[in-house]
Amino acid sequence: MSLFSFFKRNTTSAPVARERLQVLLAHERTIVGGGESDLVAILREEIMAVIAKHLAVPQDKVQIKMDRGASVSTLEVDIEIPATLAGLRPAA
Amino acid sequence: MAKVLVVTSGKGGVGKTTSTAALGAALAQSGQKVAMIDFDVGLRNLDLIMGAERRVVYDLINVIKGDAKIEQALIRDKRVETLHLLPASQTRDKDNLTDEGVARVIDGLREKFDWIICDSPAGIERGATLAMRHADVAVVVTNPEVSSIRDSDRIIGMLDSKTLKAENGEQVEKHLLLTRYDAARAQRGEILKVEDVLEILSIPLLAIIPESTEVLRSSNLGAPVTLGSPNSAPARAYLDAVRKLQGETLVEVQKQRGLFSKLFARRAA
Repeated sequence: MSLFSFFKRNTTSAPVARERLQVLLAHERTIVGGGESDLVAILREEIMAVIAKHLAVPQDKVQIKMDRGASVSTLEVDIEIPATLAGLRPAA
Repeated sequence: MAKVLVVTSGKGGVGKTTSTAALGAALAQSGQKVAMIDFDVGLRNLDLIMGAERRVVYDLINVIKGDAKIEQALIRDKRVETLHLLPASQTRDKDNLTDEGVARVIDGLREKFDWIICDSPAGIERGATLAMRHADVAVVVTNPEVSSIRDSDRIIGMLDSKTLKAENGEQVEKHLLLTRYDAARAQRGEILKVEDVLEILSIPLLAIIPESTEVLRSSNLGAPVTLGSPNSAPARAYLDAVRKLQGETLVEVQKQRGLFSKLFARRAA
């Protein structure tokens, strides 16, 4: 064992543990706590209702994602409109 | 009127039962009337840690089902006469552990004791949620280790949402009990430091229980560490914890919340 690997072995692991926990818990607090996932579910439902008034878009073609960043959070709504609806006729 | 204290953690093996016994005994040693309830139906162990395993006649489920009166089931400690234990059932089906039954037992004890200490089972199933349901105060037992901290975080979220206090718009008073802490290893960066754990979990510190052979020795002998080895470092830490719980309080200023806890506040569901 070289002198170098001797020092390397002694690298502290606690800061890694701390960082991993912070990333993990930031994620879990938004999901498990029911806070954001509920919000996304409500937004999804209401956005779907609004779209359904004007377009017959299948449920699975609407993707809603929320990303929380340190300074900015984003809500991403991705609606795929089938070719047959390109004329944008009312659904009903 | 008793205060109801739950000792909880999520993860198993971090020292819930040991801490229940030590805190219960320390409170009783200071003259308080204490009833400890073991909620770990099917895997009871508080009786063993207390050295009362051969004195169990009736248990929590017997009382809930009406087979026995609470007075018949409570085991009075032989060393400290204000200390009592209500053991869990070892054999019966835990389906008998009902919300309504637990409420009745706790209401019955509230009149007669100063403290009711609920020793929670590990996990987040019914035993654990019922143990915390009536709590006024929670002691969250955590080891300086990643899986224990993650599970504690989850349990703190449940204390903020699934308890009667939370449902009534109040807060369960939460305290962190950091157990099996080795300061020398923390200094060398081998395990997480107290400050790291406090920043991540952001609840106030009750006490640090140092890693010590005295804890295991006392368990072997069937004595809470505060009785079996009262001058040892862990016993002194538990005795300090109890003084804090009794409101020689928390002179210690609550730590400024770190950047992490500000950005990612835990939400009550």
